[in-house]
Amino acid sequence: MNTLVQSSTPATAEKPVAPRRRRSSVGYPRITPYLFLMPMILLFVGFKLYPYISAFWLSLTKNVGGEVEFAGLENYTRLIADPLFYKALANTGIILLVQVPIMLVLAIVLAVAFNSVLLKIRSFWRTAYFVPIVMGLVAYGILFRALFNTNEGFVNYLISFIGLSPIPWLGDPLWAKVSIVIAMTWHYTGQNAIIYLAQMQSIGGELYEAAHVDGASAWQRFWHVTLPGLRPAIVLTVILSTIGTLQLFDEPYVLTNGGPDNATLTVGMYLYQNGFKFFDFGYASAIGYALTIIIGVISLIQLRLFKEKS
Amino acid sequence: MSNTNIVVRKSRGRSLVLTTAIAAGAVFMVLPFYWLLIATTYGAHDIFATPPHFLPGPAFVENFVGLFRDTMFGRSMVNSLFVSTTYTALGLIVCTAAGYAFAKFKFRGQNLLFGALLVTLALPSQVTLVPLFQIMVNLGWLDSYQALILPNLALPFGIFLMKQTMSTIPDEMIQAARIDGAGEFRVFSQIVLPTVRPALSALAIFLFLAQWNDFVYPLVVLRSPESYTVPVALASLQGIGTTDYGQLLMGTMLSMLPVLILFLFLQRQFVAGILAGAVKQ
Repeated sequence: MNTLVQSSTPATAEKPVAPRRRRSSVGYPRITPYLFLMPMILLFVGFKLYPYISAFWLSLTKNVGGEVEFAGLENYTRLIADPLFYKALANTGIILLVQVPIMLVLAIVLAVAFNSVLLKIRSFWRTAYFVPIVMGLVAYGILFRALFNTNEGFVNYLISFIGLSPIPWLGDPLWAKVSIVIAMTWHYTGQNAIIYLAQMQSIGGELYEAAHVDGASAWQRFWHVTLPGLRPAIVLTVILSTIGTLQLFDEPYVLTNGGPDNATLTVGMYLYQNGFKFFDFGYASAIGYALTIIIGVISLIQLRLFKEKS
Repeated sequence: MSNTNIVVRKSRGRSLVLTTAIAAGAVFMVLPFYWLLIATTYGAHDIFATPPHFLPGPAFVENFVGLFRDTMFGRSMVNSLFVSTTYTALGLIVCTAAGYAFAKFKFRGQNLLFGALLVTLALPSQVTLVPLFQIMVNLGWLDSYQALILPNLALPFGIFLMKQTMSTIPDEMIQAARIDGAGEFRVFSQIVLPTVRPALSALAIFLFLAQWNDFVYPLVVLRSPESYTVPVALASLQGIGTTDYGQLLMGTMLSMLPVLILFLFLQRQFVAGILAGAVKQ
C-alpha cells in the first residue's frame, strides 16, 4: 500500500490542488455516494416507497359515488367475512402445498443425477431440463391450455395409451388445479435442479471419501452428506417458491382464468379482479396487505422451522 | 481381476438405467416445445387432430404472415424489444451505481436506506399495482414506455447483487486510482465496472427476462393494443373468441425466440443470471 502511494506521488503532484481541498479525510468528496445513489433514491421513493404507503392508506378508504372516503378498517372486516377470499386463499394454499414439495423433491433427484458420473452426456440433459424457463409465463400458459384440451389435446392423446379415458383437465375443479400444478412443475423444476446442482458441487469431495471409507452406502451418503450440504439451497428454494406461489397470477389467468367455478382463483387474481374489473381500489389494497401479512408470517415460520432443525 | 470386472459391469448397467430414466424425463420436458413447433405449421382448423400431428404441415408461412397481418403482434414485438432493452441498460446503470455506493462508501443514512430496500424485497409487488396505476393515470403515462421502464429500475435484488460483488474489490485499488488523480466517475467506470463484468452480464440477463416476461403490471397500465407488450398481446389474443389458433401459437413461439437466442449464445451467463437470484442471497 505504502509503495503504491509513493510511486504515484509524481502523478498527483502535477494535478491542480483545488479539488483535493474538497476531499474529506476518507479520500473522496462527501457528496460522491449520494450522487451515485441519486437515481436509485428518486426511483425508489417515487415508485416503491410511495406506492407501498399509498396502498396502505387506500386500504383504509372506500369509494362512495366517486368520492374517496376514510373507512377505517371496513375493508379488512369485509375481507375477514368474504368467502371468496377464503376460497382464493385455500386454492393458493393447496397449489402451494402440493406443487412446491413435488417440484423440489424432483429437483433434488435430478440434481443428484446431473451430478453423477454414471450419467452420460450430462450437460445435454441439464440443458433439456432447464430449457422450459425460456418460455414466458403467459406463453407456457397458452401452450399448456392447448395441450390440456379435453377432446383433442395432446395430453389426453398420450394418456389414452395407458388405457385412461379423456380427463376434463381444465373443465373440472380438481383437474384444473392439477393442470396448474403440472404446468408449473414443468416450468420450474429444471431451474431448481440447477440451483441444487450448483450447491452440490460446492460440497467437499473429502466428505464423500470419508463416508466411503466408513463403508456408507450410496443412500447413506445421500442422506448424511448430500442432503445436509444442500440445506442452504433448500431453505432458499422453499422460501422463494413459497413467496412466488402465494403471488400466483399469470398461470391461472391464462390457463383457467380462475375457473371453473373459481376453483383456481388465486389471491393474486382476486386482488386484480377487485382492483381492475370492479375498480374497488380500497378493497384490492386491503387484499394486498393481507397477502403481505400472510407471506411475512409464513416466511418467518419457515425460517424458524429451518433454524430449529439445525 | 474378476472382481473389478464385476464392478465395471455393474456400474455400466447402472449408468444405462440412469441415463435412460433421465432421457425419458427429458422427452416430457421437450415434448411441449415439439408440439408447439409442429402446431405453428398447421392452420387453425386442423391443429387439433386425432391422432395428433407429429410431422410439420403446410401452413407455417400462412400463420406467420397472418399473425402480422391480422393482429398487432409485430408492434408488440417492437414494444417489448425496445422496453426490455432500454430497461436493461438503465437498470444496469441504476443498480451498479447504487450498489457501488453501498459497497464502497460510508455515508449518513446508509443503514436506513439499505434497510428500506431489504423490506421492499420481502413485500409482494402486487400491493403496488393500484397505486402505480393511479400514478400513471395522474402523470398521463398510461400506454407509455416510461410507465413500463421506470417503476422497477431501482430493483432491490439488482442493487444487492452489485453491492455484494463490489464488496470483493479491494479498497486499495480504488484508493490508488484516486491518488493517481482519477475522478470519482472515472474510478467507477474504468476501475470498478470492468472488474465486475461477469456479475453485470448475469444481472443484464436477469433484467431483460424480468421485463420481457412481466405480465400483470403491463396488463394494468397498457390500455390500447398499440402499446401492448408481447405477453399482454398474447393473453388478449387468447381472450378473443375469434382468435386464429395457428396465429396465436405462432406468436407464442415467436415470443420465446429472443430469450432462446440469449440462452443459446450466452448459456453460462444465462444460467448465472437465473442462479443469481437464488445463490447470492
